[in-house]
Amino acid sequence: MGNTLTIAQAHDKLRTKQCSSSELVQACIDRIESVDPTVNAVVYKNFERALNEAKKIDSAGDFSHPLAGIPYLTKDVYCEKGIPTTACSNILRAKDYVPPFDSTTTARLKASGAISIGKSNTDEFTMGASTETSCYGTTRCPWDTSRVAGGSSGGSAAGVAADECLFALGTDTGGSIRQPASFCGCTGLRVTYGRTSRYGVMSMASSLDTIGPLCKSIEDIAIVLGAIAGKDPLDATTADVPVPDYRAALTGNIKGMKLGLPKEYFIDGMHAETEAAVRATTEVFESLGATVEEISLPHTAYATPTYYIICPSEVSSNMARFDGIRYGHTVENAENLVEYYKDVRSDGFGPEVKRRIMIGTYALSAGYFDAYYRQAQKVRTLILQDFTTAFKSVDAIIAPVAPNPAFTVGAHENDPVAMYLEDIFLDSQVMAGIPALSVPCGFSKEHLPIGLQIMGPQWQEENVLKIAHAYEQATTWHTAKPSL
Amino acid sequence: MATLSHDDVRHIAKLARLTLSDEEVEKYAKELTSILAYIDTLQEVDTEGVEPTAQVTGLTNSFREDSIAPSDITPEALLECSPLPVVENQIQTPSAHG
Repeated sequence: MGNTLTIAQAHDKLRTKQCSSSELVQACIDRIESVDPTVNAVVYKNFERALNEAKKIDSAGDFSHPLAGIPYLTKDVYCEKGIPTTACSNILRAKDYVPPFDSTTTARLKASGAISIGKSNTDEFTMGASTETSCYGTTRCPWDTSRVAGGSSGGSAAGVAADECLFALGTDTGGSIRQPASFCGCTGLRVTYGRTSRYGVMSMASSLDTIGPLCKSIEDIAIVLGAIAGKDPLDATTADVPVPDYRAALTGNIKGMKLGLPKEYFIDGMHAETEAAVRATTEVFESLGATVEEISLPHTAYATPTYYIICPSEVSSNMARFDGIRYGHTVENAENLVEYYKDVRSDGFGPEVKRRIMIGTYALSAGYFDAYYRQAQKVRTLILQDFTTAFKSVDAIIAPVAPNPAFTVGAHENDPVAMYLEDIFLDSQVMAGIPALSVPCGFSKEHLPIGLQIMGPQWQEENVLKIAHAYEQATTWHTAKPSL
Repeated sequence: MATLSHDDVRHIAKLARLTLSDEEVEKYAKELTSILAYIDTLQEVDTEGVEPTAQVTGLTNSFREDSIAPSDITPEALLECSPLPVVENQIQTPSAHG
């Protein structure tokens, strides 16, 4: 049953020889074999290599690092040397892309002794909010398998919630860690832009992409973040900002802290139980000695349209590298090189990727750049200023993660704009580059998890984690488990 | 509000190096038009005098020493990833001239 433990609990057991890393890895493997045919969180099983790693770590017996011997899943966009990594896209699946190098993050985790046991499902190249655009099929919400796990890090969130691993890595470009964490009832952190290295993680929108953990507790988030954060010479957008001891910040004491509740995050048409659960957190924070006041972030409604200009524009540039030459899918009998590119890309990319490439190509094409991309970058400045102003009067901001709990598979099948609107509470933080996390704060009547979003100023992950930890300690939502 | 014709969609697809079937052209003309209508709401924001943001944490030039650093990735390993024939350490592509 080692698979149900948090990292901190498992570390205690490893350190005191109550269990071995091999047992933990085997417990996760057994759980994956038993529930994943239903959940579909794991798209590549790296079991043999994981068991060998565990054996080595057990025989060395050094469990000084809290991640030593801890099994995890990584989203199928993180390159790991010798392990197929496909972004859940046919363009890299037809001839499995096997990277000859490690991403900085998986390399750092390996150095700390954590063990990668497999690749988790994602929307194709992380483009989606439901994991439905994956070439391996949809990941199911462990609480109700007729519903989506959210996305794009749906496999990572469902894998954590279903105890198929002890933690998972995800990416958050427009909410792709926070929303699935909320739908699946686990915790997930989007970091300050540049807090963690993007090197070796397949890019979607380079000015927005962040990589971060999904875990079973805030303490675990602090442990993983401590191991992966910091400057990386291989990613020039990582900043030389010191990495604090995040775990030490989890004192439980948030007395006197000021929290803001933005009125723009409570909108017509949102799920009533989501609104009630999020508003009810106010009482918990007040009982802990914090104050909650209503604030305004006036440009909130423009964040998602801004996102759907900047993101597809950067997508159209980033996806240009998939041309069937250096890696991935190929076709035969193309007349010439340009026809070859077209055939490979038309065959390999799915509908959402094509949609975003075309929106971006249009927005960046001659005559439209100023009206779209430039205007979006200016609105981005206004959204950032909203937060800068708000953080003069409050320490952190609390809000819903999503306007509703997990939706039914296929609900937005023929309506891309409806799918984009799933992001409405998740894109402002992206535009402002600030840290934000999702922590469980309740259940709907249908017993679907609801997440609370907590945001702070750039580089203040410590405070965000401290507040979330205090909340978690005062509630029991995070301990509930789905029955599968 | 921008409405994309079938020809517009075919032109964008050509720029993006995609080939679309007639059904796809039909579908994307509708979908892209509705997406553009949505993102066009940004035009109502007054951004007079507002500077655009590209690097959100304010990093400017990020320099490193111009020195050779060791890498454990070999050219052979990179070429191995290609789905096309490799000839004398080069990837053989279809002709650029047709």
